[in-house]
Amino acid sequence: MQLYQKRVLVNRIGLTLALLAMALGLAVLAWILSVLLVKGIGALKLSVFTQFTPPPGEAGGLLNAIAGSVLMVGVGTLVATPTGVLAGIYLAEYGHRGWLAPVTRFVNDILLSAPSIILGLFVYAVYVARVKHFSGWAGSLALALIAVPVVVRATDTMLALVPHSLREAAAALGAPKWKIIWMVTLRASRAGVITGILLAVARISGETAPLLFTALNNQFWSSNLNGPIANLPVVIFQFAMSPYADWEQLAWVGALLITFSVLILSIVARTLARQRMLS
Amino acid sequence: MQTRTKVELSPWEEGLALLDRGAESQAQYRTSLRLAREDKLFQYVTQLFALLVLAFLTAIIVSLALGAAPAFQKFGLGFIFDREWNPVTEQFGGLVPIYGTVATSAIALLIAIPLSFGIALFLTELCPVSLRTPLGILVELLAAVPSIIYGMWGLFVFAPAFAQYVQPVLHQVLGPIPLVGALFQGPPMGIGILTAGIILAFMVVPFIAAVMRDVFSLVPAILKESAYALGSTTWEVVWHVVLPYTKAGVVGGIMLGLGRALGETMAVTFVIGNAYQLSWSLFSPGNSIASSLANEFAEAHSDMHTSALIALGLLLFVITLIVLTAAKLLLLKVAKAEGART
Repeated sequence: MQLYQKRVLVNRIGLTLALLAMALGLAVLAWILSVLLVKGIGALKLSVFTQFTPPPGEAGGLLNAIAGSVLMVGVGTLVATPTGVLAGIYLAEYGHRGWLAPVTRFVNDILLSAPSIILGLFVYAVYVARVKHFSGWAGSLALALIAVPVVVRATDTMLALVPHSLREAAAALGAPKWKIIWMVTLRASRAGVITGILLAVARISGETAPLLFTALNNQFWSSNLNGPIANLPVVIFQFAMSPYADWEQLAWVGALLITFSVLILSIVARTLARQRMLS
Repeated sequence: MQTRTKVELSPWEEGLALLDRGAESQAQYRTSLRLAREDKLFQYVTQLFALLVLAFLTAIIVSLALGAAPAFQKFGLGFIFDREWNPVTEQFGGLVPIYGTVATSAIALLIAIPLSFGIALFLTELCPVSLRTPLGILVELLAAVPSIIYGMWGLFVFAPAFAQYVQPVLHQVLGPIPLVGALFQGPPMGIGILTAGIILAFMVVPFIAAVMRDVFSLVPAILKESAYALGSTTWEVVWHVVLPYTKAGVVGGIMLGLGRALGETMAVTFVIGNAYQLSWSLFSPGNSIASSLANEFAEAHSDMHTSALIALGLLLFVITLIVLTAAKLLLLKVAKAEGART
């Protein structure tokens, strides 16, 4: 009887701890989001979207930083999407024989978790150090390097889910392989690939580390990708670390904007993927 | 590697193309060959991009190694063991940031492993089925929150609360114990190695928990049911059946989390304190490789300073590569076993 009671007790304690772990995880998420809302929403005014980043002590907004971020994330995604999709096609459609596909898949999975600051360092070494100035192009390139593995992975997995009968049916009609891939399998897995791209956008929108020494920052309006350009993450970093209260306030607004856009993007992407899985 | 518009076909491929499509006339013969050439071109293009992914990794290692060479030449292996980091006298040793990276990651794992295990256990065994997906997504969202947000939250909200409520208690309870006590000395400032480790833990939990949840759900129901039929409690089933069965996957997930923790930058930069000092106390500020890079790289003026920072980056990258490769190999083993079973 005593042994039995001990076992029941251990079971209770174990399961309660599991419940607490879950609760703690959710509590941290709720804590972070509520802090963002409380500190950010009070200062969320129209001027945030219409004015440029101010010098300390003056009123201002985040317009140039938001524009710079959108620009760089856009260019990064435009570069990463074709690269990632084509590489993913190779892995899923041509990778059944030979060593290249398994090795690439392995390396891609490792790049997926590699520290993003190292990618910034890499872009600095091969590009910024050569041209001797920080630039929006370098920032976009660093972001693209982070996005590529995400897109490759998504394309590869999603193409592998397409039933073989579809490919065979198209081949029986005499379609060449590239048309089968382009017009049948890729189209069938479109939702999945788009999910992957959205997740990549979500991932690079919040990335700060690789921009610190590629795009740097710019206090003024600039749409010139060939020079330092303002961007939301680095502005948040700079303003949050500053001793000025109004800068800190703007940093919280920026943090609120960035977090909720990223979270909404990931939720949309995940729902898309789930709907696809169910149908 | 041929990427010309005119791709040559080998006689074998030519024969295959004709067999595939037939060629009853001269025109059909040419069409068949043209289509086969287009196909080959498309394959080459996709192959080129796959090679590009491989080339990234090689290029990263080569460029970092080139950049790090001057520092390694000047300081040799001592670079790893020297604690002096002085941009003014150009004396660089990486011990402090290396220690900071290892210590924060170790603390993060110590906290994140039981937490992730609890979450995975809850999601696979305890949670009502209808809540599984939404709760799973919420945990995954922890991973979607950008690193810099963890940093701000850590610096402005978590660290002050930690300094006020938790650190004094830790100091009082654990401080007097010999050896262990040395870790909890000094003023409770909020920022420091311990805080960085705790925030890292929250950041890697979603990654470890996701892997654990996935491998837990691979355990054949019949194994669990047999254990339940013998009278096991849920805890015993998880501890004696599920966990041994999924050992490789669980360790793989933990390694994946470690890989993330080692290279995490912004969150650590905010709360670690950025001080080049070495102390036994986990309350004291320190530095990690990633946070040194984030703080100093854009402002490094001398070539040796830049090179020393790149050398740190190279070390970080190589360590992460090893950890992630181990993680991946373990998880591949799980996938293969699963493939063989079904």
